[in-house]
Amino acid sequence: MKKFVALMMALMMCLGCLAGCGKADPDAGKIKIGGTGPLTGDAAIYGNAVKRAAEIAVEEVNALGGLQLVVKYEDDAHDAEKAVNAYNALKDWGMQISMGSVTSDPGKATSTENYVDRIFALTPSASTDLYPEGKDNVYQMCFADSNQGAASAQYIYEQKLGTKIAVIYQSDIDYSKGIYDTFMAKAAELGLEVVSKTTFIKGANDFSVQINEAKNSGADLVFLPIYYQSAALILRQCADIDYAPKFFGVDGMDGILALEGFDTSLAEGVMLLTPFSADAQDEKTVNFVKKYQEKYNEIPNQFAADAYDCIYAIYQACTAAGVTADMTAEQINDLLMEQFNTMTFSGLTGENMTWAGGYVTKSPKGMVIQNGVYVGLD
Amino acid sequence: MKNVQRKISLNKTTKSNFVTYGIVIAAFVIMEILMAAGMVSSLLKGLLVPICVYVIMAISLNLTVGVLGELSLGHAGFMSVGAFSGAVVSMMLQSVIPDAIPRLLISLVVGAIFAAIVGVLVGIPVLRLNGDYLAIVTLAFGEIIKSLITNMYIGLDENGLHFSMIKQKFELAEGGKMLIDGPIGLSGMRKVDSFAIGIVLILLCLMIIFHLVNSKSGRAIMALRDNRIAAESVGINVTKYKMMGFVISAAMAGAAGALFASNYSALQASKFDFNTSILVLVFVVLGGLGNMRGSVIAAALLTVLPELLRAFSDYRMLAYAIVLIGIMLVTHNPAIADRLKQIKIKQYKKSADRKAAAMEKKMVRQTAKKEGK
Repeated sequence: MKKFVALMMALMMCLGCLAGCGKADPDAGKIKIGGTGPLTGDAAIYGNAVKRAAEIAVEEVNALGGLQLVVKYEDDAHDAEKAVNAYNALKDWGMQISMGSVTSDPGKATSTENYVDRIFALTPSASTDLYPEGKDNVYQMCFADSNQGAASAQYIYEQKLGTKIAVIYQSDIDYSKGIYDTFMAKAAELGLEVVSKTTFIKGANDFSVQINEAKNSGADLVFLPIYYQSAALILRQCADIDYAPKFFGVDGMDGILALEGFDTSLAEGVMLLTPFSADAQDEKTVNFVKKYQEKYNEIPNQFAADAYDCIYAIYQACTAAGVTADMTAEQINDLLMEQFNTMTFSGLTGENMTWAGGYVTKSPKGMVIQNGVYVGLD
Repeated sequence: MKNVQRKISLNKTTKSNFVTYGIVIAAFVIMEILMAAGMVSSLLKGLLVPICVYVIMAISLNLTVGVLGELSLGHAGFMSVGAFSGAVVSMMLQSVIPDAIPRLLISLVVGAIFAAIVGVLVGIPVLRLNGDYLAIVTLAFGEIIKSLITNMYIGLDENGLHFSMIKQKFELAEGGKMLIDGPIGLSGMRKVDSFAIGIVLILLCLMIIFHLVNSKSGRAIMALRDNRIAAESVGINVTKYKMMGFVISAAMAGAAGALFASNYSALQASKFDFNTSILVLVFVVLGGLGNMRGSVIAAALLTVLPELLRAFSDYRMLAYAIVLIGIMLVTHNPAIADRLKQIKIKQYKKSADRKAAAMEKKMVRQTAKKEGK
């Protein structure tokens, strides 16, 4: 029996070796961009959106005939430990530029690796404030959480969307908690009245306590700084008890319309703050949405747009700095850092973006769901 | 005659134990040589410490499940306690002891002690239960620990430690930093290269378990597992011996947790959930209940396996499940076990024949020599 186990182990090792080496590298002469994201599991909708959009962007860039890029995504199943493994697998592949991780918790782990290994990272969507903190070569394409919370409060205040606000947030994830904290701080500063604050944790699917508290305290706007899966349940359960306040979400709400089996009429009138709207009429957006729809038969969300922008931002910086495919990751890192600290970039998710300390500066757009599609609020 | 027999049987277990130590040391030496030669991929290099952690987790859980005979589903809870207490102490000492290695050693000890304390607290009510009930309570324990740490805020500044639950009720002075920040968990830790320490820790844990199993206490623990009533009737103190096994197991899991924390720059309590407990239980079951060497091999193999299957991309987890089922069927299949045994017997016979033939030859030669004289 032991012999058998040993044999199996040997076999497995051989398999691994074969998978590792293989034939000649088909990606030779291209700049290798790698990223980790949840391609399976709970948050797979984000990982796949990012992967697909990045691939579309790379195709377009390569068609331009200048620098040739190749992008590869490894699955991290939204787990920090697996993300580090995925990152290491990408390093073995020969990654020269990193797109970090798609989600926040894995992002915190991989960004430290990026920093230590001196591989430049630009994440499309790991929005935690801790992502670039203290790491000079790690950048974000999306808003940092604190930025989102404060911007939401500001937006609600300016547009006079609600007088009594209820907040329901997920207390055991960084993302939700981070937005909640900064939202509350900003709300207090602006004098917004928050009448109900309730929490839930991962795996919760009965929100009646939270919803009833919001209802009983007379809230006319419910702020949901949470991911779309829970938000979908909350919308359903609010409809069940005929409670119809305004709902306001952040970028995690994006994706709710693509959720399988979700009755999109429930999301009618839901507002969210996001830098990208798929129904914008500018040429870039129309072109991207069309391509994405043709290929995958769904409307791209904000994560996809961020990933698309990431590739173009990297392309712009590489071209400006004269990066070539035969440079080492560390050489590219230094060149790109120089570029990103000074350049401005315009893409799908904003015009004239700049970076300071790894955080992006761009203006958010308010969106509202009407007839099953996102429409700009203003 | 009796004495001789006892000696032989003792030698056999000792020999088997040394083979297990040998496997661990050999794995370490081979990896070090390969790393020095630059032949190890980044992926495998990154997996070395997690492998050590899961090996320790598996052998410590095997102590509870295989030797003590109690099904515990909350083993990740002890790992969590060890990881957070160890990491907090390590971060507190960052300014006092700048050298990473002694800090890691201290954090391992602290992690083990804290997990042991929690082990005692949990053990008092839990070990009064049996079988399914115990499994359910340990399951709940794992979830409770996760919730507690998710709602814990610990900060450090010049005035010392601050602590609060549910909400951050303290303000940090200038230059202070949060050690555990509620759901955000630990962040900003420095990674330590701890593969060698991990290997030493595995050896230490194996040594403790082997000594325990071969001692008077170990026999008492196993007697409790095999027949509790009979054991009680001959005067074995149930609570004492159960507690002994349970707490030692918890302390080892705590040390494994502290080692785990040292390998990552950020850590959330949600990592140590039910799934992690079950993962470790799978290692134990696959390696064989009570079989420490099996646990070591199974934990190492199953930690590496999903990563090696990355080539299958989308079908990775499916392939993992199939391989897992395959291994379970094959290694626990009596027909195959019999076949292997037969091969062994045949080989033994062959080697015995060869020996006899050699002996004969020698005899012939010797007689020829004598005759030649």
